[in-house]
Amino acid sequence: MTEIGLGHYLTLSAIIFSIGIIGIFLNRKNIIVILMSIELILLAVNINLVAFSIFLGDITGQVFTLFILTVAAAEAAIGLAIIVVYYRNSGTIRVEEIDQLKG
Amino acid sequence: MIAHSIFFYTFSIIAIISAIMVTVSKNTVHSVFFLILDFISISCLFIMIGAEFLGMIMLIVYVGAVAVLFLFVVMMLNVAQQKNQWFASEASSKHIPVGLIISTIIFVELIIVVGGWKYKPGLFDLDNSINNFNVSNTHALGRVLYTDYIHIFQISGMILLVAMIGAIVLTYRKRSGVKTQSYLKQISRERSEGVQVLEVESNKGVKIDD
Repeated sequence: MTEIGLGHYLTLSAIIFSIGIIGIFLNRKNIIVILMSIELILLAVNINLVAFSIFLGDITGQVFTLFILTVAAAEAAIGLAIIVVYYRNSGTIRVEEIDQLKG
Repeated sequence: MIAHSIFFYTFSIIAIISAIMVTVSKNTVHSVFFLILDFISISCLFIMIGAEFLGMIMLIVYVGAVAVLFLFVVMMLNVAQQKNQWFASEASSKHIPVGLIISTIIFVELIIVVGGWKYKPGLFDLDNSINNFNVSNTHALGRVLYTDYIHIFQISGMILLVAMIGAIVLTYRKRSGVKTQSYLKQISRERSEGVQVLEVESNKGVKIDD
């Protein structure tokens, strides 16, 4: 078993990032799971930043991880509020029934 | 060093499996629980690698606030009816191969980038603040955060404020048929419309509801 290095953390981050993207495409249930997939992607980015910060010895990465955390929390709050308003107006949050924009 | 490896593989396998379960789980509530598990294991990794402050903040912010928010919304909306199916029809599942191909390409690209990584000589010997082992992680973070990045820090506070106001404005609605206090009506009430002085004759009484 080799020593755990930067590459291990980057690989873990890549795997979680890809799972998040698969989650966005695969999901047909409701928008909440898509928001959770976005949270997974942001988590992968955070792992990248922290791993680089630790292994390169520069604390700036952790500072920016903190900012990403802030923006992710704000995004989750706004997204969930929009979902609640949409559910109130149309009665469903299923992905395939949301077709008002005809996309 | 062997313990470090064991902990890393344990936590990362738990994180990957729970990330998969977030996307595949049929029940949305289970997805939220697996998201919580994912965040917990990643914050354990952060604490193990030496970023204790971020690991703890991750626990507080994600597990304490964001995941509970997700649970709130999931339980408030009626999503229980669709929990036992993945795809409603054949037509809605035809773009899944595209998604799989795209994410596989992204994953392969990321792995190629990591595998072809060439370290600059002397990169790990940079003399920066984090290598100063006299101060803790939180101390080092605070020394940079409140000096060099103070403006970005305050802007992130503004972002949180805007998000809070936006969420309230979005979800606020006036309900009809609910008795509420109207402060304007209360304080603008005059004596003439509230009190009336009557001359009451004896044996007649007062008729109130006229």
